[in-house]
Amino acid sequence: MAIEDDVLVVGGGLAGITAAIAGAREGATVRLVSATKSTLRQASGLIDVLGYLPDGTGPVVDPFDAVADLPEGHPYERAGPDALADGLALFDDLAGDHYRGSHTDRNALVPTTGGTVKPTARYPATVEPGLASREEATLLVGFEGTTDFEPSLAATHLDAAGVPFEVRAATVSFPDVTAEDATATRFAHLLDEDPGVRDRLAERVKPHLAGESRVGFPAVLGQEGPESVRTSLAEALGASVFEIPTGPPSVPGLRLENLLHDALADEGVRVEQGNPVVDFDATEDRVETVTVDRVGNRVPYAADQYVLATGGLVGGGVEADREQVSEPVFDCHVPHPADRYEWFEDDAFGEHAFARFGVDVDAQLRPLAADGTTEYENLRAAGAVLGGADFAAEKSGSGVSLATGFAAGRRAATELIHTELRQ
Amino acid sequence: MASSTSVVVIGGGSTGTGIARDLTMRGLDVTLVERGTLTDGTTGRMHGLLHSGGRYAVSDQKSARECIEENRVLRDIASHCVEETGGLFAKLPDDGEDYFEEKLQGCRDCDIPAEVLSGDEARKLEPFLSEDVEKAIYVPDGAVDPFRLCVANAADAQERGARIETHAEVTDLLVEDDEVVGVEVRHESGPGTHTHGTSGTTEELRADYVVNAAGAWTGEIGAMAGLDVEVRPSKGVMTIMNVRQVDTVVNRCRPKGDADIVVPHETTAILGTTDEEVSDPDDYPEEQWEVDLVIDELAKLLPILREARTIRSFWGVRPLYEPPDVASEDPTDITRDFFLLDHAERDGLDGLTTIVGGKFTTYRMMAETVADHVCEKFGVRASCATADVPLPGSDDFDVLRDYMDEFGLRSPIGRRSVQRLGSRADEVLTTDEPNPVVCECEAVTRAELRDAIDDSGSDLNAVRLRTRASMGNCQGGFCCHRMANELAPDYDEPVAREALDDLYQERWKGQRHALWGQQLSQAMLNHALHATTMNRDGDPARTGEAVAFDAFDGGSPDGD
Repeated sequence: MAIEDDVLVVGGGLAGITAAIAGAREGATVRLVSATKSTLRQASGLIDVLGYLPDGTGPVVDPFDAVADLPEGHPYERAGPDALADGLALFDDLAGDHYRGSHTDRNALVPTTGGTVKPTARYPATVEPGLASREEATLLVGFEGTTDFEPSLAATHLDAAGVPFEVRAATVSFPDVTAEDATATRFAHLLDEDPGVRDRLAERVKPHLAGESRVGFPAVLGQEGPESVRTSLAEALGASVFEIPTGPPSVPGLRLENLLHDALADEGVRVEQGNPVVDFDATEDRVETVTVDRVGNRVPYAADQYVLATGGLVGGGVEADREQVSEPVFDCHVPHPADRYEWFEDDAFGEHAFARFGVDVDAQLRPLAADGTTEYENLRAAGAVLGGADFAAEKSGSGVSLATGFAAGRRAATELIHTELRQ
Repeated sequence: MASSTSVVVIGGGSTGTGIARDLTMRGLDVTLVERGTLTDGTTGRMHGLLHSGGRYAVSDQKSARECIEENRVLRDIASHCVEETGGLFAKLPDDGEDYFEEKLQGCRDCDIPAEVLSGDEARKLEPFLSEDVEKAIYVPDGAVDPFRLCVANAADAQERGARIETHAEVTDLLVEDDEVVGVEVRHESGPGTHTHGTSGTTEELRADYVVNAAGAWTGEIGAMAGLDVEVRPSKGVMTIMNVRQVDTVVNRCRPKGDADIVVPHETTAILGTTDEEVSDPDDYPEEQWEVDLVIDELAKLLPILREARTIRSFWGVRPLYEPPDVASEDPTDITRDFFLLDHAERDGLDGLTTIVGGKFTTYRMMAETVADHVCEKFGVRASCATADVPLPGSDDFDVLRDYMDEFGLRSPIGRRSVQRLGSRADEVLTTDEPNPVVCECEAVTRAELRDAIDDSGSDLNAVRLRTRASMGNCQGGFCCHRMANELAPDYDEPVAREALDDLYQERWKGQRHALWGQQLSQAMLNHALHATTMNRDGDPARTGEAVAFDAFDGGSPDGD
């Protein structure tokens, strides 16, 4: 006999977690299996919804307005008109005070480590004081012995981007670390554990302050208690303190992952990490069971409804060999040009076809076969496994995951209730 | 601007830098001009094979003898650029028995040490070799880093007083009374080390003699003086794997053919190649069939290659030359020999010699031939010493030292750094500052990058060639921006930004030919990091579009 649940979510990123919680809140029993740890820790921790239109226009001020006009086939259009608002409301509820941005429909512009600004809809509270629309003189602080963030270049670049405030830069040595230890997670740990480190850091920054009302650090201000770290530094410096999101390993990404995993536990979702789905059984219309590899043993899992949220090319939800592009779990159809040399553009930031690879879905978010019919009536897809949008260029990845995750999870659970009523 | 020198050498590849070194060692005043970075032409686009000569032992024994001779010299003078891998000529059932015997005999005729291994013995040496391999000939092929070797030649020439100008394109040959008296050069960002965004200048460089060592581009240079140099450029693809499937060079033992060699190179293995004549060495198609062919053909020798990860492909253009009366139809029939064309004898134009043809392994010998010729013109009697005097980095090189503690570097980072730097390790790595790793794939530290930046300015592609930073699995996705950060404080932000854009685009160029499997996943991760996290594509500083900052969210009313 198989392990049985109402809804089985395959994939543990933002879309899978959102689908699982949305389903659980409808009263379904939900299990989430993921092949690896999620890629949330690689991401900046910002929740982008839509920063640029598919034609590159932007930055977009009001993403909700813009989402309504997206072409047919875009994941937002497929998810339906309320899915984004519903998904964000769920996120706001889960994130609570840790995230900001829900007070307005407008995007915020967040400074990046390279000195650009990026439109985003929800941002960690630690990022808020640094928003580029605040006309406050700013000091950027970097740490010796690190390579990702060079504050002098970032400051000049922000100026070139036209920000409405003065920016200066300083580099200090981080207290109590040796050269080999100069990593984001080590800095965060020291700031969490030792109030003395916070004081010593503030002492090193103070001489560089020339009246600036805010001080920006790369995002290392504590993994466990960033608010407490930020408050200590702000008091010692007499200025507000903010974080600039970084690339991997990303401390805000780790915080978000922890927050969402706590939420999964609170909502009663059973989570199994590190167990890939390696096979499935289906009739013509329905997925019956999937086979999960648990430390080399093949274990069948059954559910009434399935959600595919395995990610895109990065997460492994979409794969390619030299001949074709495929979806490896349920072998759903992935539209792509037959000629591999049409998968990319020659410009590194061109409109790459590969950036849009993913499954096509119907208005129920059910993957479509090559002939346009649904692959399986009880399988839905959410997040980056969906095709039809360049999430990176649009800055829409998190929003699409929330909208489609919410819609897929809730529809899976309501479908289930209807099925039960019919029976 | 005008200046003068004794000899102008055109071309910053192995031949040009080799000539510059040789001539300066003989006391001449030399200026070398290169239109791009050093190795930008064919030198930086080869498979990294240090020939034993075995490859030519049947078809071209003169070349084979030169190869084994120079192979021995380079192991000696360029030890920090050479890895003594050994090489195999492996025979598959389809490959002729007669040819195998001819190859073995040819090696022996040319004084190339050759030993026959059974299929099992060969597989013991290289476990991924196909079960179909019947036997193999073991020869002293090696792997060589062309970037390091070329830069070492240039550095030594510079140390001895030569002027080395990169990003300096020859726009004209100066001809007066049937004599070439110099060159006109356009400096992309002015003379000296390269700085992005600095406006260009032109320079008239007068010289007593000019050497055209522009490789596949010698024809274009010759044409500036109305000369016809019949160079026949031929392209070949090389596909880079993300790991070394072999530690020995593996050749297929059959007569000339496409896709018959795998060369271990640093952390990678390079598959090659194809051979197609092209009309323009700057503009030729880079085609899918070539990539697919080298993978599919070489998978017959090494089946693991069929599913292995490739990180990029690149193409090189061989500067083949044959006297016009030979008229070979097929580029694979054109000799790999080199030719010295004295245009005084050939065309009645004094002051100019062209060196063309040849191959990387014999670059030093070619340089010696040219230097002898130029010295004869000048009546200089100094003899060549380049076969005896080690290159910078290869003198007094004790690889057994424990650099880990000495430079505060973690192993194997220390080991990798020292392998790259050779005897220059002390000079480069000794620093009181923190020395973090900037490129994790290739274990390149800040000190090495700063050393390379001192040498080559803001040109991060030149820094890459000197250090290998951004040449590993991630193809720069995780380190291009870190490398650009190292340009501060010596260079301003607009320079760093442009340098980053150039490097990122160059890294993308080769990855386009590896976009499947794990490398496509990596490409998407890079795209996400640079577009999503950093928003480099939507950067207002790049697009030039003013942003209405006050229209955007400035934070929540109760936020701090």
